[in-house]
Amino acid sequence: MRIHFKTDYLQDIRLFEDRREMIQYILLILAALSAPFWLDEYLLGEITYVLIYVLAGIGLMVLAGHTGQPSLGHAAFLACGAYMQVILLEAGVPFLISLPLAGLFSGVVGAIVAIPALKMSGIYLAIATLAFGIMVEDVIILLEHWTGGVEGVLTPAITIGGFEIDRWTTPDYFYWLCLIVVILVTVAYKNLLRSPTGRAFTAIRDSEVSARAMGVNVARYKMIAFGVSCFFTGLAGALLAHFLQAFNYEAFLILISIQLLLMVTVGGLGSIHGAYYGAIVIGLLPVVITILREEVSELMGLGNFTIPGLETGIFALILVIFIIVEPLGIYGRWTKIRIWLELFPMARKDMFRRQKSYLKTERMK
Amino acid sequence: MSLLSVKDLSISFGGVKAVDGVSFDVQPGEVFTIVGPNGAGKSTIFNLISRFYQPTGGAIHFDGKDITNMSPDNIAPLGIARTFQNIELFEHSTVLHNLLVGRHSQRKTHWIEDMLFLPSARRAEVEHRERAEEVIDFLDLQPYREKMIAGLPYGLRKVVEIARALASGPKLMLLDEPASGLSVEETQDVAFWIEDMKKDMGLTVLMVEHDMSLVSQVSDRVLAIADGRPLAMGTSAEVQSHPDVIAAYLGVEEDAA
Repeated sequence: MRIHFKTDYLQDIRLFEDRREMIQYILLILAALSAPFWLDEYLLGEITYVLIYVLAGIGLMVLAGHTGQPSLGHAAFLACGAYMQVILLEAGVPFLISLPLAGLFSGVVGAIVAIPALKMSGIYLAIATLAFGIMVEDVIILLEHWTGGVEGVLTPAITIGGFEIDRWTTPDYFYWLCLIVVILVTVAYKNLLRSPTGRAFTAIRDSEVSARAMGVNVARYKMIAFGVSCFFTGLAGALLAHFLQAFNYEAFLILISIQLLLMVTVGGLGSIHGAYYGAIVIGLLPVVITILREEVSELMGLGNFTIPGLETGIFALILVIFIIVEPLGIYGRWTKIRIWLELFPMARKDMFRRQKSYLKTERMK
Repeated sequence: MSLLSVKDLSISFGGVKAVDGVSFDVQPGEVFTIVGPNGAGKSTIFNLISRFYQPTGGAIHFDGKDITNMSPDNIAPLGIARTFQNIELFEHSTVLHNLLVGRHSQRKTHWIEDMLFLPSARRAEVEHRERAEEVIDFLDLQPYREKMIAGLPYGLRKVVEIARALASGPKLMLLDEPASGLSVEETQDVAFWIEDMKKDMGLTVLMVEHDMSLVSQVSDRVLAIADGRPLAMGTSAEVQSHPDVIAAYLGVEEDAA
């Protein structure tokens, strides 16, 4: 086990715990940057899709994982970002301005939605956001003038300084664009977590009563959490618009919201890593299923067969297994494995048993 | 001038008058204790002062300011910190993290500054960290700095609660039963800490406590209440020998009347 001998307060504030961790992340970023050189176009496309989902997952993680406010309507904020991006681009706004604006629009909508949602928590908040998600589906169809109604819209190509980026003709550049946005958002998220704002979020999650006693304005910080969360998700939506190129309201059905929530739960609630792991599992699982199905049909000579509902079934199964076996998600399981390896052979069997605590008062809630 | 002044404070829940016309003044630098049997309304008074409950009558002034209608999150920035009887720590965080949340009322940075982690945010963070470290040194919490609250024993959680309240740099500490559930040795530690808070840090302490040995050891003045009404006020010895207080605790003999 690594033990850090700290000699400076800045050591607690740094982005990376130590040099080793920094080198690991630099290598990871280099590997990610070089991916277009050693991956084929199909897989690169899938990974770009995963990156967009990472972004949306980070958005939901701020809210569900760190502030403890579950949202079942996050696809609506993806939609806000996506449609705003198309509207802005068609109005002639350059991409570098329209992307943050689309995110900002989604963030503002999120903060407004937060106002009635402030009074709710837990299951009631989930239902309210679910209702909002369903409402947005209909609103998209009604606002035909801007959203193209049921027909949907075509996303204009990205041009940065006369240079064109397109998902099909220049997949490398589109991938790098998504990667840069994801890295920037991850750093911003990490910054929030190491500052009073992020601490206020987790304080609200763990005990609203004592957060209030410490001087946290709970309503204000819930609104900030909603705003930041929807800003990140809106950015993901804008990129998704470019990824899909042509889309209508069906790209933002309530099922997508549920998939997002499933993603952060499977990845591990309350950690940035969790958003990544969840997106990788949920994003790449269909690819793995397709490949496996081809292999199986070739092996057994079944020809081209499909099983309807196979993907949904496997997703549901994964969720059930995680909730029962590892509520802390992939990140939680990985942390345990790592500690076990670091301590080997000294790890004890019951090291991770959770201590039950019956001290919490329900009096003032 | 008194630091905290409570006048005719009343609150009723439905038909129950939990607190009924309680008045007292806490002078700067004193340890003021409220005692009383279970259900006397002691914790309710605390929740009224920290603004979780809205009084149905009376007024609360702190440092010359009327705080009767303030919202609870504006209380900490004024310099009032509190602990909870049933421990309300942030379970899934480390001790250090809890203390840093305690510094929230002293934050100077805007959330956008935080998100970009500008140099101002970095400076503020180091300062918060320094203040938290002072509290850790004061309460001997060094071995537990990085430990999760969920894994700490009860006695330590009580200390972390005091630490979190101290981290905000308060003028007035509200301690809600700081010694409940603690061993004799731990209670002694709490007594020393309260004396140090008063003498070295110049804090004013308002405490609710059942342990009479702790009460008589540290309190300058004691207020006894029962059924939401004040019974007696004075030094610890005076209050303990007051006939009304004895009657409230032990009951009145029928034939004595």
